[in-house]
Amino acid sequence: MNREKRNHLIRLFVAIAAVYLAVIILEMTLRPTSILFTVLRKGAIYSLVAVSMNLLNGFTGLFSLGQAGFMLLGAYTYAIFTIPADVKASDRVYRYYDCIIGFDTGALAGLIAAGLVAALFAFLIGLPVLRLKSDYLAIATLGFAEIIRAIFQWDVLGPVTNGANLLREYKDLSRITLPFTDIPFPPTLFVFIVAGISILLIVLLINSSYGRAFKAIRDDETAAEAMGINLFRHKELAFVISSFFAGVSGALLAAFQYTVQAQQFESMMTYEILLIVVIGGIGSISGSCIASFLYIALSEWWLRGLDMGKFLGIAAPDLFRSGFRKLVFSVIIMIIVLFFSRGIMGDKELSYARFISWIKGFGKKKKKGAAA
Amino acid sequence: MNDILQLENVTMQFGGVVAVNNLSMHVGEGEIVALIGPNGAGKTTAFNCITGVYEPTNGRILYKGKPVIVNHPSGKMKRNYAGLCANDYAEERVLSPTPDEITKMGIARTFQNIRLFKSMTVFENVLTAMHVRAKANVFSSVFRLSWKEERKMAEDTEKLLAEQGLLAHRDDRATSLPYGLQRRLEIARALATRPSLLLLDEPAAGMNPQETQELAQFIREIKEKYKLTVLMIEHHMDLVMRISDRIYVLDFGSLIAEGTPEEIQNDQRVIDAYLGVAEDV
Amino acid sequence: MVEFFHHNLSYFLSGISVGGQYALIAIGYTMVYGILRLINFAHGDVFMCAGLMMVYLSASLPFVISVPLVLVLTVVLGFIIERVAYRPLRSAPRMSVMISAIGVSYLLQNAALYFTGGLAKVYPEIPFLSSSVTIWGATTRVVTIVTPFLTVILVVLLSLLIKHTKIGMAMRAVSRDFETSQLMGIKINRVISITFMIGSLLAAVASFLYFTNYASVTPSSGAMPGLKAFVAAVFGGIGSIPGAVIGAFIIGICENIIKGGASIFGIPGSGWTTFSDAFTFAFLIVVLVVKPTGLFGEKSVDKV
Repeated sequence: MNREKRNHLIRLFVAIAAVYLAVIILEMTLRPTSILFTVLRKGAIYSLVAVSMNLLNGFTGLFSLGQAGFMLLGAYTYAIFTIPADVKASDRVYRYYDCIIGFDTGALAGLIAAGLVAALFAFLIGLPVLRLKSDYLAIATLGFAEIIRAIFQWDVLGPVTNGANLLREYKDLSRITLPFTDIPFPPTLFVFIVAGISILLIVLLINSSYGRAFKAIRDDETAAEAMGINLFRHKELAFVISSFFAGVSGALLAAFQYTVQAQQFESMMTYEILLIVVIGGIGSISGSCIASFLYIALSEWWLRGLDMGKFLGIAAPDLFRSGFRKLVFSVIIMIIVLFFSRGIMGDKELSYARFISWIKGFGKKKKKGAAA
Repeated sequence: MNDILQLENVTMQFGGVVAVNNLSMHVGEGEIVALIGPNGAGKTTAFNCITGVYEPTNGRILYKGKPVIVNHPSGKMKRNYAGLCANDYAEERVLSPTPDEITKMGIARTFQNIRLFKSMTVFENVLTAMHVRAKANVFSSVFRLSWKEERKMAEDTEKLLAEQGLLAHRDDRATSLPYGLQRRLEIARALATRPSLLLLDEPAAGMNPQETQELAQFIREIKEKYKLTVLMIEHHMDLVMRISDRIYVLDFGSLIAEGTPEEIQNDQRVIDAYLGVAEDV
Repeated sequence: MVEFFHHNLSYFLSGISVGGQYALIAIGYTMVYGILRLINFAHGDVFMCAGLMMVYLSASLPFVISVPLVLVLTVVLGFIIERVAYRPLRSAPRMSVMISAIGVSYLLQNAALYFTGGLAKVYPEIPFLSSSVTIWGATTRVVTIVTPFLTVILVVLLSLLIKHTKIGMAMRAVSRDFETSQLMGIKINRVISITFMIGSLLAAVASFLYFTNYASVTPSSGAMPGLKAFVAAVFGGIGSIPGAVIGAFIIGICENIIKGGASIFGIPGSGWTTFSDAFTFAFLIVVLVVKPTGLFGEKSVDKV
């Protein structure tokens, strides 16, 4: 390994360690209801699902719109697995149905099960659809997400899914403990660890021999095939892995929210995730992460006033009413899609060298502006 | 000499158009064979049949003496079939491997219109082609349990690039290379899959006489070095005549001549096919 | 048998009716796909917007004015969307255009959410269409009877337009070969604009018929009908107008038979609408596996 590469890895490691340290310090000092924690947790969860979508859309060239559906599968699997058996038997959650699932598991097993269930469904959908042109994948996955949402609310499945009613009392962030103890796990740290490991695995995949095969498929299917890459098997692999992590992020979202309901996993959610990927840059992992935190910070925190009648000190309750924030958001997104289609990072990754040159470039621009 | 590749009565029909008609040919081990003919004669279609991109309508293709592609007209095509020997293969099991399976057997190809992986560097283009010979599964690949294999692949890639004179461009984007080097990179990438039979689709297209001459030398070299058999489509007659052991000539999908370069040069049908028959003499 | 048919006549009737409404939406998808190779994700939302416009306009205007006004405004909306969101990306990769289409869909839904405040809006009762009528003992609304006839008339008119007019010929040429027709002097942008306008017009007509039956409009009202219409277009062979219409009728009828079937055979559960939605999706998968080109689609061979 050459020196440059080693230095890069060391810097990366230090940066990541600093982030985790900051999370631990914040968790110990700030009051737990701080809005910052909401942003950090939700941002990390969206980072994971955005990266998983990027693996498909950005690195394999498959246009899939099923992310919300796979998140739903993950969220429900996690919730159903981790609701304690005695709660399932009582009518505290399953009021109108007799729950037929008699066991319960810990959070970790729940997370893995969430990923596996999502991956299984992806495998089954992929079998017919991935043999076709990628347009059909888009519509088939979008359709799948809509249908799975409807099916999970179907009362015939009530004994498993609790019908259209919400699920709760599962292992949400406040109930997750350190292994073998009753000490609660710091919630933000938990989300960061799970999302971080998942993203790390995706990065390792992308930089492996298989990741190169995915990129080859994205660049030129015919040439990739002529180089001995089995298109179907590799597409299926990317699709299943992406869905696995979408399932895990769905489980995290469930844990973050304390309650979960099929209704919320609309196609709008997939669109949001896709647009986050576009803002970050299609084909850039760090871009997806940056865009996720930015998006969540804007929508949950900085632009909140747009919905609450008062923004930047301007009070206009008639204009700034519920939904205005999302409207402003969609306009911004359209501007990015049309005029800045490379997003924040393009298809590059964040690195020390790029960061330095960016700072320098920024300084120059400022000087130029001052001179003019 | 053993035949590495044999085509028997291969016909490719699209709707009502017969693009390749009853083509039979053979390529011996260690030969350089050229497939020539006017534009639209069906040369690239024949290549696509051999490499599994198209499923031939009828006929059989053998590789190293074993049938690898077999088909006969069926379904709607049974009624519309306009070629010959329709019943010769009706009893045989249909074989239609995908292009990647063909590559795994040891047949590699280049493309008429260069198809490099656009977003990748020269190094990555060749490294990607090594994937087909890698044994690691996803898990060992992700968790870097197969790092020895990965390192071997990287070393082999370096070696291959050095041999092809591309090492100086190692980290350049593949599409930023000059045209001649892009063609050379495509050949290097094909070699990375460790083929026994190399199919070159117009390797000299767009090259000047100087470059063409170098290419002839280059093809001979790699053939010796990697113990290859070469089947190529080419329009540059001087290149074809200089390096081919044998030549097949296609016109309107049918074989009109075969033989050594001298025989082909003096064949009246070939001259007619290229220049047209003077009707009003 | 006659008894059975008679008993369930209303399901068949509403199946044909819903099928006609899907058909009108599906034409918009299939025409745009035929020309631009783009799945216009925003089309279902244009349909929803037409519904909302009607809600707001009819509150203050008589139907004689509001109905044509909705038609005109929807056409303008379709034109603007193409102009602003798709035309600048004409030479961009196909994925960018699809993302832009999703952006438009997101924008329209959020705009609708803002203006409605997230509440379901009651669709006005359009006189004549909403009135009841009894056929062979089955009571239904006039709209149910009118829809299939109106659909067929519009499709025939559209086919005449495409077969016999200059713009129709241009459309066919562009869908065959985008670049060549440009070289032959066809004004591509005009053809594309007109295609979007026709699609939007038909979506607006469909919105009158559809929402009269369903009585309320929400920001996500366009998603499911849009998806089903698209499935119909795929089933018929995407790019083919008769294919889309036939596909839409088949889906509409099947879906209503499933809804009816459940109550006829006394199968428990109230969410059979859900099941019929799932059916549409399963149907899409089966079509894609068995005949990816659809009923009337043409097979294309990729050039290597």
